Amino acid sequence: MKQCLVVDDSSVIRKVARRILEDMNFEITEAEDGQQALDACRKSMPDAILLDWNMPVMDGLEFLTSLRAEDGGENPIVVFCTTENDVAHIARAIRAGANEYIMKPFDREIVEAKFQEVGLI
Amino acid sequence: MTPSEFDFLKNFLKTRSGLVLSNDKQYLVESRLLPIARSSKLETLSAVIQALQKGGNRTLETEVIEAMTTNESFFFRDKTPFDHFKDTMLPALLASRSTRKQLKIWCAAASTGQEPYSLGICLKEDAAKMGGWRTRILGTDLSQEVLEKAKTGLYSQFEVQRGLPIQMLLKYFEQKGDMWQINAGMRAMVEWKKLNLLDSFSHLGEFDIVFCRNVLIYFDQATKTEILGRLAKALPEDGFLVLGAAETVVGLTDAFKPVPGKRGLFQRKPQADTKTAPASALGGRVAVGASSIR
Ligand SMILES: C[S@@+](CC[C@H](N)C(=O)[O-])C[C@H]1O[C@@H](n2cnc3c(N)ncnc32)[C@H](O)[C@@H]1O
Repeated sequence: MKQCLVVDDSSVIRKVARRILEDMNFEITEAEDGQQALDACRKSMPDAILLDWNMPVMDGLEFLTSLRAEDGGENPIVVFCTTENDVAHIARAIRAGANEYIMKPFDREIVEAKFQEVGLI
Repeated sequence: MTPSEFDFLKNFLKTRSGLVLSNDKQYLVESRLLPIARSSKLETLSAVIQALQKGGNRTLETEVIEAMTTNESFFFRDKTPFDHFKDTMLPALLASRSTRKQLKIWCAAASTGQEPYSLGICLKEDAAKMGGWRTRILGTDLSQEVLEKAKTGLYSQFEVQRGLPIQMLLKYFEQKGDMWQINAGMRAMVEWKKLNLLDSFSHLGEFDIVFCRNVLIYFDQATKTEILGRLAKALPEDGFLVLGAAETVVGLTDAFKPVPGKRGLFQRKPQADTKTAPASALGGRVAVGASSIR
């Protein structure tokens, strides 16, 4: 079973994402901010990370930059999932090493389409 | 709506757009046509049908026909047809048309444009191999309404997230408020025309590739066979026909054969898998057979 780390400061979003991803046969772990996510990755690298941008303590972009510098940190497939929906933000995320990008609001079809796009399903 | 009114409507749609409505589709008719009843001030479905029976109201007829079409589409829908396009159709045609250097592609039920634009994106991505080539993509549909949307190339955030890789969004689209618009260069690659597949399309001439996806499913066997027969005339023997995931020519016509190992892909005489590319101006480097050994 593939592991997916869901990083979002909203418990509602985490719950929605968990439900969709569990139906897609992922095993889910959750983190509420970038720092928690980084700690989780240092323990065990997931196969995929669904990543919010704006979060307290450490935001998504900062997390992604740190992750990609970690040992083995180039492996997880990172899909941003954020309300930031302008070209500048998307381009920054891609440059920082994001593999795909979901603009909120999202639904099951979008998550499936994006995860398929990056070969996770 | 009385049973005889429903029968009239079924017959009307069958003759005008090919759409076959089964008897369990009353709810669908109601949800699609009630808005027209209101906006046309006829108020009830029965009144709409009576007006159609009386005849002579072209606007209403068009509205009813268009409202009953299903226009769902996504970018790179089902993915494999676009892989076949890049890996099988383009290499074969680039070799066989190397002197003429011209490609004509037709999306015969283009709806809101995602399919022709996806092909346009594939061509742009392969531009390096296509120097000096003239390519033309034609998108046609029965419905004027979807063609208008296709022409503007404006899509919602939801629409651009189904099937379109994020890099392609950045590369080929511009943000317009809440919407995303495919760029002017891409819009210029596609031509749009209103066309009912029940009518003759011989005036469009010959194409190298026809995408006719997710439209035949709405028709009965005889209509499918008849349209496939005319599509065969719009394609040379080595041209390609692409059907939707739930569609086939098998059992309908001998005019096309499935290309072995390529789901949804058909040719009048399959050669994509059996022949290697003829020695060509490309120095025989485009090995058609090679790409299809699977
Ligand atoms: C489900 S869409 C398919 C769009 C696209 N080819 C795809 O696969 O995503 C079907 C389209 O067929 C069009 N259509 C229905 N009957 C037609 C007819 N008789 N002639 C031409 N187009 C027709 C509808 O207007 C609709 O836009």
